[in-house]
Amino acid sequence: MAEPILELHSVSKSFSGVAANVDISFAVTRGEILGLIGPNGAGKSSLFNSISGAIVPDGGAILFEGKPISGLGPVACTKRGIGRTFQVVRSFDSMTVLENVMVGAFARVQRARHAMARALEVLAVCGLDGRADTPAHALTPPEKRRLEVARALATEPRLLLLDEMLTGLTPTEAQEGVQLVRAIRARGITIIMVEHVMEILLPLIDRAVVLHLGRKLAEGSPAEIVQNPEVIRAYLGDRYGT
Amino acid sequence: MSLSLRPNAITKRRRRELLVGAVLLVLLALLPLPIGNVYLRGLIVLTLLYAGLAQGWNVLGGYCGQISLGHALYFGIGAYTSTILFTRFGIPPTLGLFVGSGLAALAALLVGWPSFRLSGHYYAIATLVIGLMAELLVQNWGFVNAAMGITIPFHAQSWLDLEFRVAVLPFHYVMLAYAAIAWIIAWLIEGSRWGFYWRAVKDDVEAAQSLAVRIFPSKMAAASISGAITGVGGALYAQYIGFIDPDSGFGLSLSVLIALPAVVGGVGTLWGPLIGAAVLIPLQQLSAAWLGGAGGGVDLMIYGALIVVLALARPQGLVSLFGVRSQAGGEVMDNG
Repeated sequence: MAEPILELHSVSKSFSGVAANVDISFAVTRGEILGLIGPNGAGKSSLFNSISGAIVPDGGAILFEGKPISGLGPVACTKRGIGRTFQVVRSFDSMTVLENVMVGAFARVQRARHAMARALEVLAVCGLDGRADTPAHALTPPEKRRLEVARALATEPRLLLLDEMLTGLTPTEAQEGVQLVRAIRARGITIIMVEHVMEILLPLIDRAVVLHLGRKLAEGSPAEIVQNPEVIRAYLGDRYGT
Repeated sequence: MSLSLRPNAITKRRRRELLVGAVLLVLLALLPLPIGNVYLRGLIVLTLLYAGLAQGWNVLGGYCGQISLGHALYFGIGAYTSTILFTRFGIPPTLGLFVGSGLAALAALLVGWPSFRLSGHYYAIATLVIGLMAELLVQNWGFVNAAMGITIPFHAQSWLDLEFRVAVLPFHYVMLAYAAIAWIIAWLIEGSRWGFYWRAVKDDVEAAQSLAVRIFPSKMAAASISGAITGVGGALYAQYIGFIDPDSGFGLSLSVLIALPAVVGGVGTLWGPLIGAAVLIPLQQLSAAWLGGAGGGVDLMIYGALIVVLALARPQGLVSLFGVRSQAGGEVMDNG
């Protein structure tokens, strides 16, 4: 087995007494696409925020490339090579698309000229090169999702966390999103996707970790996950049972 | 790499801004020459001063989104520092203004240290309260003549001391240089990493952090530069008027007057403070001159009403009239 890029050891987090994550352990292999799935309230977002440094877990350890990162904060996590997008799009609306991505590129370079060159490259990867000088607020919703990805990519992550990047898109838009995710992985970047849209996610991911009520319910390949009776009861059952 | 050499909208826009700035500088340098009216010349001097002050405020309030209602503090520190150094120790104001500017920057850092941890409107309230406290302190501080203020005696005509027998025309160029330098600082900021970071902080703190933008140092950097620019303005003003007292140095109305041109002209824009000052300062001065004598503050009411009308008609600032980048839009619409 290849070296893990990310390891979670018994990660726990509670908010004012309510447990969001309980004793969660798993590892992410370098180069894979891992799906983090589960019904609403399963604890996906808080786990995601713990990995990206936005929140500090109460217990357990998170290792990125062998080094502990819990408690370092989002800035240090990004500097070390963990990029993230937001479920609710958070573009810098007073800036153009290119300027948005340049903010990310400045994580690695000092000069605006270099940041611009890198940002333009990333925009081309994300299919937004034609929109470089458009104000961010004027983008369509799927374009805004791409901008989120482009901005995170500009920080040159080795691990990219995508928060519900495909949710709320039309099937065509979602397929374009899938192609983008594959293109990013082809650049050697490991990806963790939090997602609700099972139909699109399952063929895309190498492995899935299923959360339910804050605990890890199952872990395995998409084929294993969809046949796991507990997963069907907890997640697919809730969703499709009506 | 060939991509980086292609001049895109950003580089083109920045070149055009420099060109417009240079043309404007020449025009403003020539502006007072055909004007004989001393009052009118004085009005222009004041407008240029406020263009610089508002640009300084804009660095923190406009680009970084930290709304300060206490910028008179930095103005007052600059004014009092250079004035005291000059009147008590004979240090020329051209040197004293740098000391004042440095102390103003330091004060901005001291204000920011506790209050940048506050979010949203609390920063504005904190600066308001600190500004009021500073005014009270100076009013009761014997060393700086308390409420009496300090008069700067005239010695001799001197550029080093910024003292002139007929002050208006020399100060036209002093204030023009001040406004121009403030503008250039803002222009440089817009093209630098700090400028990008500050706008990111203003637009969305969480997203900025996720892109490795350190929020607190970003705000502190913006505050110190903003304070430094404002402090210089204070020192120049004191030298121009020849007198400084707690109200004209630290008053709340001054804090508002420093912020308003940027707000009305367009926050977070390069031209907003200049345009705002060009509209507001003559308006304020003329309404005070025509109506202020009647008492009852009719001038302030009219001034206030005009600001409300402007804010309603042009919420993105007057700068949007010119079709250049407005704060909300960030749009380039002036092709052709």
